[in-house]
Amino acid sequence: MREKNLQAALVTALKQAATRLPDDVLSALKRAKAAEESSTAVRELETILRNAELARREELPICQDTGIPSFFVTAGTESPYLPIIGEAITEAVRTATKSAPLRPNTVDPITGENPGDNLGRGMPLIDWEIVPGGEISIDILPKGGGSENMSALKILLPGAGIPGIKRAVVEHVAACGGLPCPPTIVGVGIGGGGMETLRLGKRALVRRIGSRHPVPAVAALEAELLELLNEIGVGPMGLGGKTTVLSVHLEYAMRHPASLPVGIVMQCWADRRARVRIFPDGRIEVS
Amino acid sequence: MERAIVLPEEIPELERLRVGDVFYLTGRVFTARDAAHRLLLELHKRGESIPFDPAGMGLYHCGPLVKRSAAGWRVLSAGPTTSMRMEPSEARFLAAFHPRFIIGKGGMGPATGAALVQERAVYAHFTGGAGALAAKAIDRVEDVFFLEELGMAEAVWIFHVKRLGPLLVTMDPAGGNLYRDLEKSISANKRKIVQRIEKER
Repeated sequence: MREKNLQAALVTALKQAATRLPDDVLSALKRAKAAEESSTAVRELETILRNAELARREELPICQDTGIPSFFVTAGTESPYLPIIGEAITEAVRTATKSAPLRPNTVDPITGENPGDNLGRGMPLIDWEIVPGGEISIDILPKGGGSENMSALKILLPGAGIPGIKRAVVEHVAACGGLPCPPTIVGVGIGGGGMETLRLGKRALVRRIGSRHPVPAVAALEAELLELLNEIGVGPMGLGGKTTVLSVHLEYAMRHPASLPVGIVMQCWADRRARVRIFPDGRIEVS
Repeated sequence: MERAIVLPEEIPELERLRVGDVFYLTGRVFTARDAAHRLLLELHKRGESIPFDPAGMGLYHCGPLVKRSAAGWRVLSAGPTTSMRMEPSEARFLAAFHPRFIIGKGGMGPATGAALVQERAVYAHFTGGAGALAAKAIDRVEDVFFLEELGMAEAVWIFHVKRLGPLLVTMDPAGGNLYRDLEKSISANKRKIVQRIEKER
């Protein structure tokens, strides 16, 4: 019973993520449209909004690239669901690929073979955070290849400091131009080492647009970067304009004294997200 | 100026398009991404024929999400993919198969720019991620090739589209290139921001 309920909720969430752009993203895109002056930028945002509305109304995938299956799990050790989550996610991906449907995207990098079910070695991608308590939340982030190709790891010298971090992000977003389908959401990981900093940058993307980091100095840096990045002029779809990014989210961890790693992960305007929560009483909620 | 272009009747109109023009397309396009470019060029190199005639059609950089039902194929989402991935082979592709236009996103490099001038062809931008809108504009799936070998996203699909758009001309047969112009202002803006950041030290 548990397995079936969880799997059904995950299938619902996978379809919802692919077809319904979250309200915070829609609001941010509408604000951007109102602020733009160039006719090209306004036209791009209009097309984006019309597409999102059509996708929601007719339950069509917003973008044909439904990503590779990516899940961020925050799991309470006391939840009775803990042992079955991995399997439930795998089966939900198999089912949703057919029923949603999702584009079969996973390709074997050695043989070039596509199994057609979005599974295979290493799939689905699950990032685990184990916490005390009896609740589990599973964030789904179907992220397209166009934006994922724009991920970057910068290992700065510690002396570069905060200005160095700002400079690295500004230069990276400028170099990306229109390729990651702007206006983007920029996730930035700071510290922790090469692997951890990119994981943090990606985890930052599950946050709602406009949410701010709880540490005031980090929140201030997010706001400052948002302003700086929107001065670059890349604009919607890289065709020029005021809106290059919708939000900047930072996450950080302590660093080694010898290094200042920065992981930059770009999310396209189609910031598709869904969340499955399993409460201690066994209730399951999709949002 | 916004306008409608209907193919094949208005093929000659295509080469009169210039950077900044906006149009809605009715006519046939074929999809080809990285793997299809490689495969079609390989056939061409060996002197073999390809299973469809690209002349008079447009090349659409797209890997669609398609569902097969009893009634046939249904396209659910089919927005453009990143064109730059095809840059290494696009000039050769244009010279070999002569599609009249390319629809994609993000623009292409100087080699394709020169090939577009040579072929009197245009590159038109369609909004990345607008997969549902594009699917709605596809009124017929006419054929599909290499589906077994390449899979759904990389296969060559022949679509008939009705008023697909708005499409923005960003590279034209006269050598016009919106991206080249934008790049200059973006790097000037970036330099100013970086200078300000460096002053904080």
